[in-house]
Amino acid sequence: MSDPGSVGIAFWILSAIVLISGLLVVSLKNIFHCALFLMLCLTGVAGIFILLHAEFLAAAQVLVYVGAVSVLMIFAVMLTSNLARKKIVQTNQNALVAFVSCVAFVVGALWLIKGTEVWKFATEALPANNTMTIGKLLMTEFMLPFEVVSVLLVAAMIGAIVLARGEEA
Amino acid sequence: MLEIIIIGTLKVIAVVVVVLTCCAYSTLLERKVLAYMQHRLGPIYAGPWGLMQPIADGIKLMFKEDIVPDRSERLMFMLAPIVSFIPALLVFAVVPFSSDFSMFGYEIKGVLSDLNIGVLYIFAITSLSVYGLVLAGWSSGSKYSLLGGIRSSAQMISYELSYGLSIVGVILFANTLSMTEIVNQQASFWDMFIFRQPLAFLLFLTCGIAETNRLPFDLPECESELAAGYHTEYSSMRFATFFVAEYGYMLAVSSVATTLFLGGWQGPFLPPVIWFLIKVFGFMFFYIWLRATFPRFRYDQLMAFGWKVLFPLALANTMGTALWVLLTDSVN
Amino acid sequence: MSEYLSVLIFAVTGAAIVLFTFFISKLIRPHNPYPEKGVTYECAEDAIGDSWIRFNPRFYIFALIFVIFDVEVIFLFPWAVAFGELGLFALVEMVIFILILFFGLFYAWKKGVLKWV
Repeated sequence: MSDPGSVGIAFWILSAIVLISGLLVVSLKNIFHCALFLMLCLTGVAGIFILLHAEFLAAAQVLVYVGAVSVLMIFAVMLTSNLARKKIVQTNQNALVAFVSCVAFVVGALWLIKGTEVWKFATEALPANNTMTIGKLLMTEFMLPFEVVSVLLVAAMIGAIVLARGEEA
Repeated sequence: MLEIIIIGTLKVIAVVVVVLTCCAYSTLLERKVLAYMQHRLGPIYAGPWGLMQPIADGIKLMFKEDIVPDRSERLMFMLAPIVSFIPALLVFAVVPFSSDFSMFGYEIKGVLSDLNIGVLYIFAITSLSVYGLVLAGWSSGSKYSLLGGIRSSAQMISYELSYGLSIVGVILFANTLSMTEIVNQQASFWDMFIFRQPLAFLLFLTCGIAETNRLPFDLPECESELAAGYHTEYSSMRFATFFVAEYGYMLAVSSVATTLFLGGWQGPFLPPVIWFLIKVFGFMFFYIWLRATFPRFRYDQLMAFGWKVLFPLALANTMGTALWVLLTDSVN
Repeated sequence: MSEYLSVLIFAVTGAAIVLFTFFISKLIRPHNPYPEKGVTYECAEDAIGDSWIRFNPRFYIFALIFVIFDVEVIFLFPWAVAFGELGLFALVEMVIFILILFFGLFYAWKKGVLKWV
């Protein structure tokens, strides 16, 4: 399983899952199905993290995005009474413009990637226990960002409560 | 290479079969224990002491018509039982059920896959168990099911935080996320983490019961209000799968509690697997005992208890444990 | 990596067994649907409206708060693993982190968001 060939195959399968389900998220007409495919898409990303030996990140991805954020979205869909089974067209008049600019961006990005001759790779070997390494780095080198995260989270929470309560009144 | 694949596959199949058998017999255990607690006999006709009852039930359900209501969303309706069953099963992938042993001349590990992030994996998989209920509730097209599904998912996410936090206390002592490592650290009786983390143990147990939607937290399916909650519209094998999944979750929580707090398969004299099963079914007995004893919570009590009591308590326990670890370290 | 492969095989095997029992059951069970049987169960009454009544938005607020604290809990895991090698300052950092977040919970508490009536 660790040989490059099978990792490559796994990567292609996972990428296909991520891309196809991502496409379905923005094109399906039933918004509940969109939310479910979003969950599948995010799970696929977690799989890619595992292929990159980023186990902690994969678990965090499943826990936070699949287990919490997607559930939040599904809740939102379920609680809005007339949304759940309605057929909704996801495109508007600007669809064509958006499509063209997306294609332009992808082409530009690919061209840039192809044009880059020298890729900088990390020189350090992968630590055996990356969860512990992450813990240490969070507490030492990235101490300030770590504390700022908590402020950000509280701000998000208070904002969300204010908005949700306003809706209710 | 071929040998490794064959052994691995056989092990996977063996674990799946054992887990399913345990689920089936947990239903019998529940009926028997509940019956004796209520001065009844429980199932007695199918085999001695009703031992064939789970098999009889399974065969009966197989012969039942599978009703798909007209209002339901067919595909989702059919998928939901499987989506609900898989996370329950997946927990067992990282639970060490025995020490390493050798069989037919091969060295076999006592765990299906010893992940570096085992504990976190369990926490992540548990968070997926919401989906089965949400899908079932949503796709049935019935008010009871939808309300049951939403209730249970809100309950699950409320108790999941304390569930995760109670594990953190153990990790502070163990300094690892690998389940096998954690079991190895509890080699002697007084090393079991229950003695160092009694509060976390109680929190874990409480949240585990809430996560599995059991009494006294079985609001999602309280029959007097919601018929049967999220699986009101299900019948035949699909209903059976939900049933098995529920017992699978109970077994999963029991075996995780066994591993984290009671030393897993460690124990004197008897073989490790036997010790593991004894501890797990001890927890199962406790579950059933609770069901026979307690009335059901009210929904607002349930949510308030989760957020205002358990969650602050779990946070305080984590910080207190960290301080304790720090102090004892500096003394040594 | 092979550890994760066996988890995958485990999941596939489990799903296969369930699907297999579904298949066996499909072969032997009766199939006789009629309109009355397909009606949504509502204690023998005809269901009024569809099931999309509007729910209490509190469910949504709880999910929101859950997302925030889920992120907090995930930060606690690597901290706990590395704690043995870090010492006092790690504890202080985490206490500050948690206190800031706890302020959020306190706010929600005082605003009556956690109350269910």
